[in-house]
Formats: sequence, C-alpha cells, structure tokens
Amino acid sequence: MSGDLTELYQQVILDHNKRPRNRGRLPTATRVAHGDNPTCGDQCSVYVRLDGDRIAEIGFDGAGCAISQASASLMTTQVKGKTAAEVRGLYDAFHHIVTTGEAPAEISDLAAFAGVHAFPARIKCATLGWHAVLNALNGDAVPATTETRAD
Amino acid sequence: MPSVQDLRRDFPALHQQVNGRPLAYLDNAATTQKPRAVIDAIVRFYEQDNSNVHRGLHALSMRATQAYEGARERVARFIGAADAAEVVFTRGTTESINLVARGLGATLKPGDVILATEMEHHSNLLPWQQAARRSGAELRLVPVTGADAEGGLDAAALDALLTPAVKVFAFTHGSNTLGTVNPAAELCARARAVGAVTVLDAAQTVGHGAFDVQRLGADFTAFSGHKMCGPTGIGVLYGRRALLDRLEPDETGGGMVAQAGFTESRWKSAPERHEAGTPHVAGAIGLAAACDYLEAAGREAIAAHDAALARLAYDRLAELPGIRLLGTRGARGGLVSFAFADVHAHDVVTLADEDGIALRGGHHCNQPLMRKLGLASTTRASFYLYNTEEEVERMVASLRRVLKFFGAA
Repeated sequence: MSGDLTELYQQVILDHNKRPRNRGRLPTATRVAHGDNPTCGDQCSVYVRLDGDRIAEIGFDGAGCAISQASASLMTTQVKGKTAAEVRGLYDAFHHIVTTGEAPAEISDLAAFAGVHAFPARIKCATLGWHAVLNALNGDAVPATTETRAD
Repeated sequence: MPSVQDLRRDFPALHQQVNGRPLAYLDNAATTQKPRAVIDAIVRFYEQDNSNVHRGLHALSMRATQAYEGARERVARFIGAADAAEVVFTRGTTESINLVARGLGATLKPGDVILATEMEHHSNLLPWQQAARRSGAELRLVPVTGADAEGGLDAAALDALLTPAVKVFAFTHGSNTLGTVNPAAELCARARAVGAVTVLDAAQTVGHGAFDVQRLGADFTAFSGHKMCGPTGIGVLYGRRALLDRLEPDETGGGMVAQAGFTESRWKSAPERHEAGTPHVAGAIGLAAACDYLEAAGREAIAAHDAALARLAYDRLAELPGIRLLGTRGARGGLVSFAFADVHAHDVVTLADEDGIALRGGHHCNQPLMRKLGLASTTRASFYLYNTEEEVERMVASLRRVLKFFGAA
C-alpha cells in the first residue's frame, strides 16, 4: 500500500467508517438537510437540534464510500455544541485541509482528512456531510449538492 | 483472432505503468482504448486531407468529402445497413437517442405509450421522459426480475405492456450495468407486431460481436464510436430510410437544407437532413478505421473472448465473501458488475487503482435501477479484445486485498 493511500485511508477514517458516531435519525431534530452527490450516488442526511444558535444534538445517516461516511461521522463529533458561526469556521478549515493537505495544529482531529487532497475526485466525498450540516444550519430545505465548482 | 499479445501491441495506451504496476484496463464499457491504426487515420486526415466536406470543389475538400462519405459506407457495411444513407453521424449514443426521441416525440399524443425498460442507461431513459412530457404520451417501463436482476426483463410483464397503444419501444441491447444481453431480434419482432417503432441502444454491443441491423430488425439503432476502438465525439444513429426521411430534424442550419428561403425552408433527405453544421469528419474517418480494425480481428472471436473473460471473472468473483453479482447468471456481455456488503465501490476502485487496475464504481448512469436493487453503487469490470485472463486474476487478487484492508474478509 503506497504512502498516498495510507494517508487517504487513515486509521481514524477506517474507524469512523466501521463505527460511525451519532449515526441515526434524530427524533428531536429541529433542522434537517439532505446532501447528495449525483456523480457517486453518495447520500447523507444530517439532523440537528438547535438550542438557540448552538447545535445541541446531531445525527446523520446515509450511504456512500468510506471517505464520505467517515467524514460525516467525524463532522458530527466536531460540531456538537458549536454555534453556526463556529461550524462555518470549522468547515473553512476542513475545506482548506482537504484541498491543500495542510493541517493547522489546532484542529488535529480533522487533519486525518489531509490525505484526500492527493485524490481530487474524493474531495467531494469528504465535504458531503459538511455541506449538509451547513444547509441544516441555514435552514435550507434544498438538498445540498457537491456538484459545484466551489469544491 | 490474432493472439491477444499481438493485439495488445496495437494499443499504445495499454503499455504504461500505473502506480508502479502494469496497467490492467478493465473499464471498456465506459470507453475503449484506441489502436494505432485509428490514431494514424485521424492524424493522416488532419495532416493531408483536412478540409470542410460537401459543397467544396477544390482538391482537399473533395478528398475530405470522399473520406467522410467513405466512412459512412464503411459503417453501413459494419452494421449491415441496406443503404449508407441510413447512417447518420452524431456525437454519440446520447445525441442519437435524443435526436430520435425528439423526432418521434413530436408525432405522439396523449393516450400513446412509450415503452422502455428498467435497465436503461440514463441516455435511453431521460430523452423518453422528455418526449412523454412534451407530447402527453405515457412512459412505461418493462421491469427487471430477481433481487440481483438475474431474471432479466420480465417476459410476462412485457406481454401485458406491449399493447397497440405502444408507439415506441426503446431498449438496450446490452446493459452497461448488469452485463445482461437482451434478445433484441425477438423484442423488435414483438414490438413490430403491435405497430411500435423500435429504438435500440447498441452502445455496448456493436463493437463486441457480429451485428446486423436488418437481422435484428430495429427501426433505429444508436451507438458510439469510442466504445468500439474509435474516437470520442462520433457516433451513429441508424434508421430505416423511410423513417429517417420522415423524422423532423432536431437541428437546422448549414448542410441539411434543400432549399432555404427567408421565411421558410425545405430539408434534404437523410442522412444530411439530420447532420446540420460541419460534421466531425476526422471522427467519422477514425470510426471507419475502427470498423476495419475490429473486422480484421474477427468480430465473432471478440465476442467469444469477451464472454470467456466475463465468465472467468464471474466465477472467480463469486468466491469472494459478501459479494453480490448482478445480472443474468448465464450468457452475458463482456462485463461483470458487483457489490460488497461492507465496502463501497468507490473505495474498491481507489484501492484497485493502486494495483494498476482500472475499474469503474458508481451507479453507471442507472440510478433508478440501483435504487430498485437497493444499491448505491456497484463496481464494474468490463473487458475487450486486448484483456487477458492474467488481468482478471490480478483484479481478483487485488479485490481480496481490498476486502482485507477494510476488515471485510
């Protein structure tokens, strides 16, 4: 297994893929958003209960590759308890990590996804869950899609 | 057929390393590699004969026109068309089907039925959805049977669906997702018996064996050059001449008009009627070279070779834990499509690529069928005349490593 591939499928990612955190529909959700990736058929629904501007509870479900599902799982652990503005900041940092491979030390948990940058076709997998949570926070009923040039 | 090793020498792209391993190109249902003869034919055209076709009286234009019309005749022979005028050059299967769907769609009305099947590629489904929407006709689908679509098209349902209200029956000859090959001649005959026009998507079959439009009896047949050793950007709509001449042109402009006036015009007959604008001359010439190449290799032999590799792959893959193999168990085209319970197709493809093996993962432009089968995606290996048994074995060994990596075996 080459270095690039070991970087892509970090232990953290394999672990989240096998044992996803916060998986499942959230009955108390106040916001729901669905993300899909038309090219791959990857799907991710994110359920959020907001307490004021803060994510009190979060759940996700969906189907897709290890990168997309592990990323959504890790995302839920990172955004719980955060405000919408903080989540947007985290997403910007995450996007930087997956597109450049550079990971600032202070967000080490997300750094597991730095290897994605060597596989441009997989960046949209890694960002799927994040697009969904951002849409949920925006109160956006429109399904998130990663099929944009913004990726 | 010449030996596979001899054939492989004709394909420059096959001789490269990917991630430090020799390339095993098993993505032929998406597009095939090109033999030197095809590449050379295109280069020769651009270096020696390049000019616009038709209407030109100078030497290069006459040579280009001759080569372009010669390509039409070559393709007509390749598919057994009675007349070269029945061959319309398009950009590919998608454009061919859209052209015929819009043309036929304009003749439909509420109460009419367009019949397609659940195993259609989006390119033979969405144009008919549009035709139904515009005309008020109803789109109905012949279901596939079996949890893994192993039963093929539902024959009983087809009996019930094929009523005189069916004006068009559009179906695929070989499924790009399942590997299933439909009995096209029989289906065309049954559709004809109720007066339906048949549209055959032959993208996966024309270059993979003997093919005769007259014997199959389809009114229209669509296919792409790039899936049969030809260049991208060129394809064919075959149509029975009387039907092509009646079909309203989809695009209008230069080259397709018999007499143009300021406020109205009259169209030429087929094929020019359906080829507005400057055609892809080099593409047509490349496609003709591909026809020559495949015929020299032996079309029956290619079919037997592809089928043998698919059978080998099917049997070897069946030994892998947690695998679902799609499509008919027996006779199939040169591809296998499969899914693992715990490993997603995109992860499979990424890891196999590490071993130099080019596979495809996804919904294969077959989303509704995937949904019906309860799958998000499958991994597909598709074979062609230059693939070897060793490549099949390498794929299976690589997949075993993938399963181990994800703790699924």
